[in-house]
Amino acid sequence: MSLRYGFRTFLLEIAMIGVAVAFLFPVYALITLSLKDKRGIAEAPLSPPLPPHAGNFSDAWQRASLGSALLNSTVITVASLLVLIAIGSFAAYFLARQATRLGFGLYVLFLLGIVLPFQLGMIPLFKMVDTAGLLGTYQGMVVFYTGIQLPFTIFLYTGFIRALPGDYANAALIDGAGHLRAFTQVVFPLLRPITGTVLILNAVFIWNDFFTPLLYLGGSPRETVPVRIFAFVGQYVSDYGLVFAGLVLAALPILVVFLVLQRYVIKGFASGLKG
Amino acid sequence: MASTLRRTPAEPAVRPASAGRRRRRGGFLSPPWWFAAPALAVYALVVLYPSLSGVLYAFTDWNGLGERSFVGLDNFGKLWGDDAARGSLVNTLLLTVAIVLVQNGVGLLLALGVHAKIKSRTVLRVVFFAPAVVSPVMVAFLWKYVYNPAPDAGLNAVLGAVGLGGLRQDWLGDPSLALWSVAGMVIWQFAGYSMVIFLAGLEGVPVELHEAAMIDGAGRFQRFRHVTWPLLAPAVTINVMLSTIGGLKLFDQVYAATNGGPGHASETLSTVLYKQAFVFGNYGYSTAIALVLALFVAAVSLVQIYYLRGREVTS
Repeated sequence: MSLRYGFRTFLLEIAMIGVAVAFLFPVYALITLSLKDKRGIAEAPLSPPLPPHAGNFSDAWQRASLGSALLNSTVITVASLLVLIAIGSFAAYFLARQATRLGFGLYVLFLLGIVLPFQLGMIPLFKMVDTAGLLGTYQGMVVFYTGIQLPFTIFLYTGFIRALPGDYANAALIDGAGHLRAFTQVVFPLLRPITGTVLILNAVFIWNDFFTPLLYLGGSPRETVPVRIFAFVGQYVSDYGLVFAGLVLAALPILVVFLVLQRYVIKGFASGLKG
Repeated sequence: MASTLRRTPAEPAVRPASAGRRRRRGGFLSPPWWFAAPALAVYALVVLYPSLSGVLYAFTDWNGLGERSFVGLDNFGKLWGDDAARGSLVNTLLLTVAIVLVQNGVGLLLALGVHAKIKSRTVLRVVFFAPAVVSPVMVAFLWKYVYNPAPDAGLNAVLGAVGLGGLRQDWLGDPSLALWSVAGMVIWQFAGYSMVIFLAGLEGVPVELHEAAMIDGAGRFQRFRHVTWPLLAPAVTINVMLSTIGGLKLFDQVYAATNGGPGHASETLSTVLYKQAFVFGNYGYSTAIALVLALFVAAVSLVQIYYLRGREVTS
């Protein structure tokens, strides 16, 4: 807390860097093993990978069909985010500006979804998705993620909109705009900070989700990255070099996005959860 | 994410507006009801209706094929009599307690460390938080290697190298250890997540309060205990609730790392209900377990809202 960089701060710096080094051991193992062939791993698994062996990466890319998995994950994540933000912000606008008992009841009903474990509805929903012929489709996943993430999305938007002055929208309405235009052209642009948070938090959740795509997409050509990696690891379980190269490739997209946006991601997480 | 039950928006910049909120809200021209209609429809379809059906299924013996008949509380009696399922209930609670205590304890220490004026603070924040953006199922596979039983691989190799060879273990294969090993990897992945929330709390503690306490002669620990800690209460609430709910529902990590084994040593409610449904086809029984899980989550959330929020103060 002291503003000077004194001796105690220096000691703390050393200690924290030490903690970070220990913390990064699994990541070191991941990268080292992914850069070794079978013999190298058998002889000295954790020595530095010199010379590095890059063949695992092209092998893993092909054998795990990561190209199509990345495409599937991207389509599902982007489409779900678009629908979530569109209908979530609309609903939150209504809920935030509705002082009636009905408005509050509806808000609580949505919040219930945050606490409710999805496993409770898992089997009935699986039957519904199956009956509707949506197993193994993008559409099924988009509807699922929209529904399951709406409570959280609406919660974030509602809190933000409540703190927003109503004058802008009212001015637009008095000028003759309809509610739809007032919202899309005046209110929605004002929501940009919270839209960023909503986007990041939901993107991380949807991209990383494993259970539902395993259930709804398993075995279909629409498998997402975590599902494909799960099958890939199961198949080559004893070949650590190959498996770890697959893990590196699969984790890379989200890590790159995170590193580019890290300031907003961390702020978004903090403020999103603070609200 | 039940932090979400907090009703006031916490952006400090907007908080002063909340006092006048009620007065102004009457002045809004309310948007029409159909703004909420699409969201309500999807939410009802994906969450409300299936969950309500789930509650009904929990009292039936449905196996997915034939007729389903109501069997009253039989499924719950079965759960109590089923050693594996009852064990999973105990495991789930133990795992949750371990994760809540250690993840948040470590998260708080990390937050205090990277909140200080050290030069590497920005890089360290990114490093500690990064695992939280990676899929839990992939982190579980990485940690399967870290927990490799071979003496010259993973964590065992490190222990050997630093002269702690006596501590080498079969981390996931030893029934008395497997559950705690799973807890360890979950904590590794999400300690940075707790850290970020604590950091947000620490940034809200006014520097003047610390300076005043320092002038009054308070030491580091006293300042933490009497100034920082009370003001961190909202961050504690959120962290405890998130990690509790996460711990109770834990599935991906267990499924990928141990699949509940060895034996049933690391089985959780989520893995048991998954197996009952999709391996054995006992849909009714599986949903009963899900209902028990839901009641646990609801009960714990309510208790935490009352107790933790009660001690929140504002600066």
